Amino acid sequence: MPDVKTKSRVSEIWELLETVHDPEVPVLTVVDLGVVREVREIESGIEVVITPTYSGCPAMNVIEINIKMALATAGYPNVAVRTVLSPAWTTDWMSEAGKQKLKAYGIAPPRGAAVDKSLLFAEPKRVPCPRCDSFDTKMVSEFGSTACKAHYQCNSCLEPFDYFKCL
Amino acid sequence: MNPPTPLFSYILRQADNVLILGQRLSEWCGHGPILEQDIALTNFALDLIGQARSLYQYAAEVEGKGRSEDDLAYLRDGFDFYNVLLVELPKGDFGHTMTRQFFFDAYNYYFYQQLQKSSDPTLAAIAEKSIKEVTYHLRYSSEWMIRLGDGTEESHRRMQTAVDALWAYTGELYTPDAIDQELLAAGIAVDLGRLQQHWQQRVREILTAATLDIPTETWMQKGGKQGRHTEHLGYVLAEMQYLQRTYPNSEW
Ligand SMILES: [Zn+2]
Repeated sequence: MPDVKTKSRVSEIWELLETVHDPEVPVLTVVDLGVVREVREIESGIEVVITPTYSGCPAMNVIEINIKMALATAGYPNVAVRTVLSPAWTTDWMSEAGKQKLKAYGIAPPRGAAVDKSLLFAEPKRVPCPRCDSFDTKMVSEFGSTACKAHYQCNSCLEPFDYFKCL
Repeated sequence: MNPPTPLFSYILRQADNVLILGQRLSEWCGHGPILEQDIALTNFALDLIGQARSLYQYAAEVEGKGRSEDDLAYLRDGFDFYNVLLVELPKGDFGHTMTRQFFFDAYNYYFYQQLQKSSDPTLAAIAEKSIKEVTYHLRYSSEWMIRLGDGTEESHRRMQTAVDALWAYTGELYTPDAIDQELLAAGIAVDLGRLQQHWQQRVREILTAATLDIPTETWMQKGGKQGRHTEHLGYVLAEMQYLQRTYPNSEW
């Protein structure tokens, strides 16, 4: 039978992680983003397993530090953060709550499956405007301010916006 | 000092490939033809340098001599770098950069595709992560090959010039040596013979669609994988390593 105390400690850590935000998309927590894969008790304390969104994502170091700080402040000084690469992160792991938060923040959340990335000259994905919900939008640039975003503009309300790309 | 193990050298080769190309791509930062390409090339640079970090971390662990990923990137000399010559060549014009990128992406894609099946779980995990990014790179550079090759007279001329100039540097991508063969037998390394077939098929397909002539030259440059480089690598390293060499252990 699982130790009740252990179980509650792990779920408490998960709750604390809900307060750690992504430094580049601060409206999302690391749990919303789906980068926290596992929390478990180990001999030396607590281990939090995370996975990067993109290989070169510069936010990962900051996320690791922020996780340790948040848990230390809450009374967990001995926290090890381990990074794993497999299984590789996908936008499918982003929570529904996270997607709603993104939209409210003005970033169009990832929609459905990723476009076939090997297909040449594929039509860009139709993405609704986070401001007025119109589908009459156009992709301005496949690349945006961070590796995870593309740049769009709404033809109906003229709002320029970021789209969180599927991966 | 003991010679490096084949596994250590094998990891370094790919790590150096993606680090040096990432460094070359970074030279476009603020110089892209338009903003989108500027951001695209720097995004690719970031992906490649990210892959390099994972590989250097693993190489450092395999070596077990207390060196870090930063030591491997910043404190080795040119003859201790094992990247293919293709990635260290100067960036040239946008067409030249795209042609080099396309030749390398086609290699990188089929390399990681096979490496996902490696018996070495860390290399397989790095490959699984990286191929998502590289799939994107390969599509992008393939599209630009076609757009510029089958574009205006001037863009066509520049692309053909780039293809002809870089062709002799592509053989090294798929030519195995003793390290490749030893690790292939162990189930760790990629089968470069198979990679060559995929690479040539893809390149033929895209160059044909781009109305570009496929060079018939069969003589190929080599040496990078064994640490024998062109003069160009020195300039890349001088710029990249300057800070750590001049102010050892500096951090910010
Ligand atoms: Zn709108």
